[in-house]
Amino acid sequence: MSQQPILEIRDLHASVEGKEILKGINLTVNPGEVHAIMGPNGSGKSTLAQVLAGHKAYEVTSGKALLRGNDLLELDPEERAREGVFLAFQYPVELPGVNSTYFLKAAVNAVRKHRGEEELDAADFLALVRQKMKVLDVGEALLRRSVNEGFSGGEKKRNEIFQMAVLEPTLAILDETDSGLDIDALRVVADGVNKLRSPENAMVLVTHYQRLLEYIVPDVVHVLYKGRIIKSGGKELALELEEHGYDWVKEHAEEVGVG
Amino acid sequence: MHSTTESFLKNFALLEHSLNGESELPLHQLRRRSLERFSALGFPTTRDEDWRFTNIAPLAATHFRPVLLPEPHSITPAQAAAIGYAGQSAHRLVFVNGHFAPGLSQLGEVGNGVAVGNLAAVIKADAGVVEQFIESLPATRPDPFAALNTAFLRDGAFISVPNGSIIQQPIHLLFIGAAPSEATVAHLRNLISVGANAQATIIEEYVSVGGGNPTFTNPVTQIAAGENATVNHYRIQHEQESGFHVGTFHATLERASTVNSITFTLGSAIVRNNTNAVLGGPGAHCTMDGVYLANGTQLVDNHTTLDHAAPNCTSHELYKGVLNDRGRGVFSGRIIVRQDAQKTDSKQSNRNLLLSDTAIIDSKPQLEIFADDVKCTHGATIGQLSDESLFYLRARGIGLAQARAILTYAFAEEVVEHIAIPELCDYLEALLNTRLEH
Repeated sequence: MSQQPILEIRDLHASVEGKEILKGINLTVNPGEVHAIMGPNGSGKSTLAQVLAGHKAYEVTSGKALLRGNDLLELDPEERAREGVFLAFQYPVELPGVNSTYFLKAAVNAVRKHRGEEELDAADFLALVRQKMKVLDVGEALLRRSVNEGFSGGEKKRNEIFQMAVLEPTLAILDETDSGLDIDALRVVADGVNKLRSPENAMVLVTHYQRLLEYIVPDVVHVLYKGRIIKSGGKELALELEEHGYDWVKEHAEEVGVG
Repeated sequence: MHSTTESFLKNFALLEHSLNGESELPLHQLRRRSLERFSALGFPTTRDEDWRFTNIAPLAATHFRPVLLPEPHSITPAQAAAIGYAGQSAHRLVFVNGHFAPGLSQLGEVGNGVAVGNLAAVIKADAGVVEQFIESLPATRPDPFAALNTAFLRDGAFISVPNGSIIQQPIHLLFIGAAPSEATVAHLRNLISVGANAQATIIEEYVSVGGGNPTFTNPVTQIAAGENATVNHYRIQHEQESGFHVGTFHATLERASTVNSITFTLGSAIVRNNTNAVLGGPGAHCTMDGVYLANGTQLVDNHTTLDHAAPNCTSHELYKGVLNDRGRGVFSGRIIVRQDAQKTDSKQSNRNLLLSDTAIIDSKPQLEIFADDVKCTHGATIGQLSDESLFYLRARGIGLAQARAILTYAFAEEVVEHIAIPELCDYLEALLNTRLEH
């Protein structure tokens, strides 16, 4: 393939509080692709998501992560976001007193400024937000509330996807976006994600369960276990996992010598 | 320490000289008695319990020129219009260095019986009214600064809203300090009475223009709320960094009246706010809120007293402080519940955000309860910005400095949203954000 990958991870090791969690991740995500990273609890899925977003609690001890060929790991979290990385949080933070409109406008304009685009004024911003709200079927009441404050689990997850729609990232990392959602909320969120898929961007879905993948069909499925990707395959791999459970993976892991 | 009061005593002679015939009035005897009181008390030191955390030695050591009469200034009406809150108001009274500036003010139409004007004019017309109002100020604590203010009484705002009158738009009082050539002092006195069933909103704003010399602003504002009256009082202080500000606010509340007082303190080297309310009639309600910011080596001291003197009254107090660098905050919240004040419901909260390791807050609740059937709660907290919240903002592309400012403003927003005027909320949001982003 001649095109440059959006994300390239090479032998990435990371630890938290001195304990190694990621033990050599290799992953290549090309434009237009959706990758699912599955694995049992504690395998390092969320760590990978946080490391890519730049959370300082996670220390990268060796390896590389490149965003369109450029070193991602040397950038501050805000620089990564401006370069097009978006993390949909597993636990979106409640920000009492932070107006949602103000927050989103600050984010959009930070990204635009970085790209050398003119900052949006209040009217243009509202037009953009309204258009995205329509796509994702989000009510305008959300804009008047404080960010995530008092939101239900489903509302928070939907707000993450809404922010993603407004910020139009190149690389979206969705960390357990399906957890805590009932089937209706899951469908709404998945629907939103599908609408945002394009040949120019890429997505990494981090998930424990296969059910999200019934709604967002991935191009590649990876199984993460004890800090390493031990198996990769097509979407059918997710079904196999569903059928056999993670014990099947663990046995496989022992065969390849992890753990 | 008393020797430092000397320059003020000397200045008093100059004041008397400038008064012409007015010095024959009984009001002037009040000035004299107050000067004696000030002279006896002297400036407080950190040995005084009420001033334990606030060392005013730099203030006491500075010589301030009294501005005894209105002086020419270079502020044009266009400049004055661009200073401070510019939202809608019924009246805008502008004062420069302690004196009313009619050319910079905009007085609207007044309804029947409403009086909005400056104190010096009222003293000329009927000094007795002024004297009576001032004498009604109870001396809850020995207060040398209030005594000094009365001794040098000249000008300020005078607002009288008769029974049943409702003034919809706020009345904006803008006090400009300008000390281009030497340090100056202004002792403003604002007298505000709102009659039974009447309503009014007052914005009291302190700013500085030009010149790096310190100003000392020593205002006293008295509010008398009649039966069932509603008074909103918003105090905004953002004077220059080298200045001193000792502001006294005193409200008396009659039966079923409401006074909402919110104090925003952003400026000056040393600020002391003495904010007092006496709930003197059954069923009265007082909200006393504040936001204070201290950067650099600023010191902001809020001493509040809520005096429950009648039954079935409620008071809510919320003071939020943001201390950065070597900034220092003091909060002393005194709540008195007198023997007759049964069924009092009083809630006090002081919360602080410390943005650096060297910032300091001294917080002291002081509850004096003499009734047995009352509900009084109080709490004080100290916190930092949450790393997880900062990360969430940064992960959306917002830079660290802006993320910190957004979260800091969010901390203060709880108080800002208590303001009943949307335009004033927006103004304060902008004012706070400008300060926080630096």
